Amino acid sequence: MKRSFRFMKNVLWAAPVTVLALAISAEADARPLVWGGKLPLTRGVTSIEGGTGAGLATWAFIAGNETEDGVGASAFYTGIPLSDYDFTAYGAAIGLYDRIELSYAHQEFDTGSTGGLLGIGNGFTFEQNIFGAKLRVLGDALYGQDSWLPQVAIGVQYKQAEHGALISALGGEDDSGVDVYVSATKILLGQSLVVNVTVRATEANQFGLLGFGGDREGGHTAQVEVSGAYMLTDRLLVGAEYRTRPDNLGFAAEDDGFDVFAGYAVTDNLTLVAGYVDLGSIATFDDQNGAYLSVQIGF
Amino acid sequence: MRKTLLLCAFVLAGMSASAWAQEEEPVAPYEQSDANAGAQPITDPDVLAAFHGREGIVRITNRTIDLALADPQLGPIFQPFDMVRLRRTLNEHFCYLLGGGCTYTGRDMRAAHAGMGAQTRDFNLLVRHLRTAMEEEGVPFRMQNRFLAVLAPMRSDVVPR
Repeated sequence: MKRSFRFMKNVLWAAPVTVLALAISAEADARPLVWGGKLPLTRGVTSIEGGTGAGLATWAFIAGNETEDGVGASAFYTGIPLSDYDFTAYGAAIGLYDRIELSYAHQEFDTGSTGGLLGIGNGFTFEQNIFGAKLRVLGDALYGQDSWLPQVAIGVQYKQAEHGALISALGGEDDSGVDVYVSATKILLGQSLVVNVTVRATEANQFGLLGFGGDREGGHTAQVEVSGAYMLTDRLLVGAEYRTRPDNLGFAAEDDGFDVFAGYAVTDNLTLVAGYVDLGSIATFDDQNGAYLSVQIGF
Repeated sequence: MRKTLLLCAFVLAGMSASAWAQEEEPVAPYEQSDANAGAQPITDPDVLAAFHGREGIVRITNRTIDLALADPQLGPIFQPFDMVRLRRTLNEHFCYLLGGGCTYTGRDMRAAHAGMGAQTRDFNLLVRHLRTAMEEEGVPFRMQNRFLAVLAPMRSDVVPR
């Protein structure tokens, strides 16, 4: 009796440990875990929202240099001096088995002297934190060259903006929101092209910096991010992007955004992006554009 | 006289050893077919021309294998294998796929890589060395990509799932 009780107790302890061990070994399989292994540029660069992508658009790539046999990570800093504001974003992401991506980004939107003109004070800075999770669900952008099927990922971004009271006064419904997206990315190797289409359900105003939903329109709408890039070498590509955005606030119109960029993998661990972005009208100030720089490290 | 005989024996032994080194080790029989190449050849003659024909392909194959053997990660994976046979079959493989008119006599990709333990990282390392070899041969980047697009799907046979 006593012995069978001890046996039961052992089984009860062993079960979850076994399940956990199986779960870990199922992903690792019989193959050893290794660091790195991705080809240059195939970890992408980092979008302003912290996920792997280009500049404005999120792509289906997974962060870090790891393959399906390892884990990796990346960190980025992007500075966009616009006509009347300064936009900066920085953050980090980890990639698990080239399958799952977890990301964090902090965005700052410094109104500078424009803040005084808007009546919110010189140097007033809108800020938000973005927590992202992305799962690759099918396809392989690089190795699936015998198929038209792109690499497809689904993702979610939880955005928490600061200055809730001001957002509310500007007509925003909420100071936090959730974006859900589907990304399809394909490297057309024979044509030296990379193409991406992302459909995003969002209610974010200016990416969420001006809150979520508004007095003009509320609720999630479907928005599209399209990117195309041409590879000049295995370390240098040039591309362009277009991103549609909601227009929820009554006090100021919001426009679609576009950018052109060049990305250069200086080493396997350092990628630089230089580009030009146009975000249209922001908080009643029209023609917000400028050259930008982004630095990304990854391993 | 005896000395001379002994010397002759040594010379003969040395000659047969060097001849032996150029010969391939026997492999288990298998059915030979171009289908073993795992893809249809590129028919665009501009691609073959960019690779400088069969001669260029030989240089690229040998350079790729030399770089792989010298690679601290890939070297130990390649070393147990018959390099004489690998140089011949890889050259046939590249030549066939690039439309060089060669016959591929090697095994299919899955059989040829069985038991190697290659991972995606290793596949990618070989791609890097192939890129270097193509670069040194002066193959334009876009033409390199035409070839790599044919090779890329073979990862699923090279890397055991």
